[in-house]
Amino acid sequence: MVNRTKSKRVAGELMDKDTMLDLYHEMVLVRRLEEAFETLYQEGKIGGFLHLYIGQEAVGSGVIGARQPQDRVITAYRDHGIAISCGIDPKSIVAELFGKEAGTSKGRGGSMHLGNTDLNFWGGHAIVGAHMPLATGMAMADKYRGSDAVTICLFGDGATNGGYFHEALNLSMVWDLPILWVCENNQYGMGTAVERASAVTEIRQKAEGYGMPNERVDGMDILKVYEATSKNLDLVRKNGPFFLELMTYRFRGHSIGDPERYREKEEIDMWRKDDPIGIFRKHLLSTNGLTDAVLDNIEAKAQSEIEEAIKFAEASADPSLDSLFDYVYVD
Amino acid sequence: MAVITMREAISQAIWEEMERDEDVFIMGEEVGIWGGTYAVTRGFYDHFGGERVRDTPIAEGVIIGAANGAAMAGLRPIAELMTINFAFLAMDQIVNHSAKLRLMFGGQFKIPIVIRAVGGGGRQLGATHSQTPDAVFAHFPGLKVVSPGTPSDAKGLLKTAIRQDDPVMFIENATLYQVRGEVPDEEHLVPIGVSKVQREGHDATIVTYSKMLQKSFVAAERLSSEGIEVEIVDLRTLRPLDMGPVVQSFKKTNRAVIVEEGWKSYGVGAEIAARLYEEAFDYADAPIKRLAQKEVPLPYNHDLEQHAIPQVEDIIMAVKEVL
Ligand SMILES: Cc1ncc(C[n+]2csc(CCOP(=O)(O)OP(=O)(O)O)c2C)c(N)n1
Ligand SMILES: [Mg+2]
Repeated sequence: MVNRTKSKRVAGELMDKDTMLDLYHEMVLVRRLEEAFETLYQEGKIGGFLHLYIGQEAVGSGVIGARQPQDRVITAYRDHGIAISCGIDPKSIVAELFGKEAGTSKGRGGSMHLGNTDLNFWGGHAIVGAHMPLATGMAMADKYRGSDAVTICLFGDGATNGGYFHEALNLSMVWDLPILWVCENNQYGMGTAVERASAVTEIRQKAEGYGMPNERVDGMDILKVYEATSKNLDLVRKNGPFFLELMTYRFRGHSIGDPERYREKEEIDMWRKDDPIGIFRKHLLSTNGLTDAVLDNIEAKAQSEIEEAIKFAEASADPSLDSLFDYVYVD
Repeated sequence: MAVITMREAISQAIWEEMERDEDVFIMGEEVGIWGGTYAVTRGFYDHFGGERVRDTPIAEGVIIGAANGAAMAGLRPIAELMTINFAFLAMDQIVNHSAKLRLMFGGQFKIPIVIRAVGGGGRQLGATHSQTPDAVFAHFPGLKVVSPGTPSDAKGLLKTAIRQDDPVMFIENATLYQVRGEVPDEEHLVPIGVSKVQREGHDATIVTYSKMLQKSFVAAERLSSEGIEVEIVDLRTLRPLDMGPVVQSFKKTNRAVIVEEGWKSYGVGAEIAARLYEEAFDYADAPIKRLAQKEVPLPYNHDLEQHAIPQVEDIIMAVKEVL
């Protein structure tokens, strides 16, 4: 398990230094994990689709870093980074992508269906937009039972053009549910740029139509993401839905095998200058009196954790064939 | 005759029909600039332009709904669903509208739309992305459901589907795109609603279609090396269903195995077996056998998934059981 000091993260407060180092470690861990997956996929050790989070690490770490343990998290299929942020052991993440019994979802779900309900992570979901009504229902259940939990629902820009998005946003306002809607606007849904698929390019405007308070924030700078999330989680706990649009960019293709005919290399290079890990590192070095040595140490630690996780997953067992019908029904 | 892939055959069919008829256009997720998720429409956007090769938002309800509307207004849309699994997000438009509008308005207009959707499992895409729900669509009167298993049939059936005036679900299989086969160089149309004997034999009849046709070919060759000659009848169209060649073959071999990739319960095999018993009960020398996907949402794990899908060895075993 990632070394977390969640208790220090009081909502509404800015991060202390330990938290920052934790989150730096987490973002590097996500980056190294995704890089490893890229290689493992080419080696044929991972099947299916592989949607990498590289470039978007500040979103997951910043948003989930600011949550309280009772807050639920649910997201789409680009879920490896979110899983790490929720505290899932990289061992069980790698094992899931290898289809092993020790995986988060017992090798049944794969890359797109990581989840650990003990850690309040309710999954990656592969049907675009489909998890948004699920978030609505979870928040409804929490409110029904008088809990002060918030449901944090992350989704892509592309998902905001479908019916599920609009139905879920509307109902969350009508029922006044504790949901933080988080749009990871990485500018594309597969190869379709936001302006080619959405009538408004500022996605937060869609929340306006439902009378929902909203904000658009730089998603490459984890400090801004964390601050906006902490503040708005408080608001949601008191007042109901809030819509947060985070501006980010995916540095890799949509999935492995994306020919990337829809964007120029220059555009990718421009965004890479805003590498979320680089931005955070610069900040840590300049304002927190940290040294390169300390941060390099953290990076080395992350690297060895990933190597350990891969070793674990490689050594662990496949589900047995006679377990094929497990989990279809409860009884 | 040229030997081309299934992908090329489907691509050529759309290209030729778009060249032939200005009212034909294609819309769907990533059909344009990307060139189609499975590269079927590569080069179309540059050639035909964005008016006729329309990228859509991720919004299946309005993809099919708008295609229905455009068809009502006289155009001939090809609506691509990135995969058949996403048809469930458009089910109301497909089932309540494509299939029913014409009848409900006493035939005042027609809905000449082709819904292209790719299905099939075996690629470790997880339970929601691996389905073969063909039988679900074949349940509804008002829809035609076509699912070819060879490049030649794919091209000829798709061209016919685009030209005729009823809503057609055209179901492709993602693991068939690389399959090669001979396709006539001249104008090539295959009628909808006609089953076809794809291999002659006398010991038993395999009734199948799409991906399982290709697996059945392999099984047939292996059985042949053991001296067993199976006849293979390819349904090609699930609705309207042409039982003619199926019944004829069954009357000759008196034994049948029905092979489908989808689940067995209420499936294609159930329909074919029931009809064979209705139409040719006296000819059965052995109980008709159905081979289908095990009744489980497909798991991600490679071996579990393969275990759930009918394999060549399963087909061979099933044939031996009815002999
Ligand atoms: C209902 C549905 N339609 C289509 C797809 C195929 N698909 C998977 S991801 C994706 C793009 C989603 O874009 P976005 O919401 O912006 O998320 P991002 O990939 O950028 O994180 C599409 C079209 C799907 N999984 N579900
Ligand atoms: Mg996106």
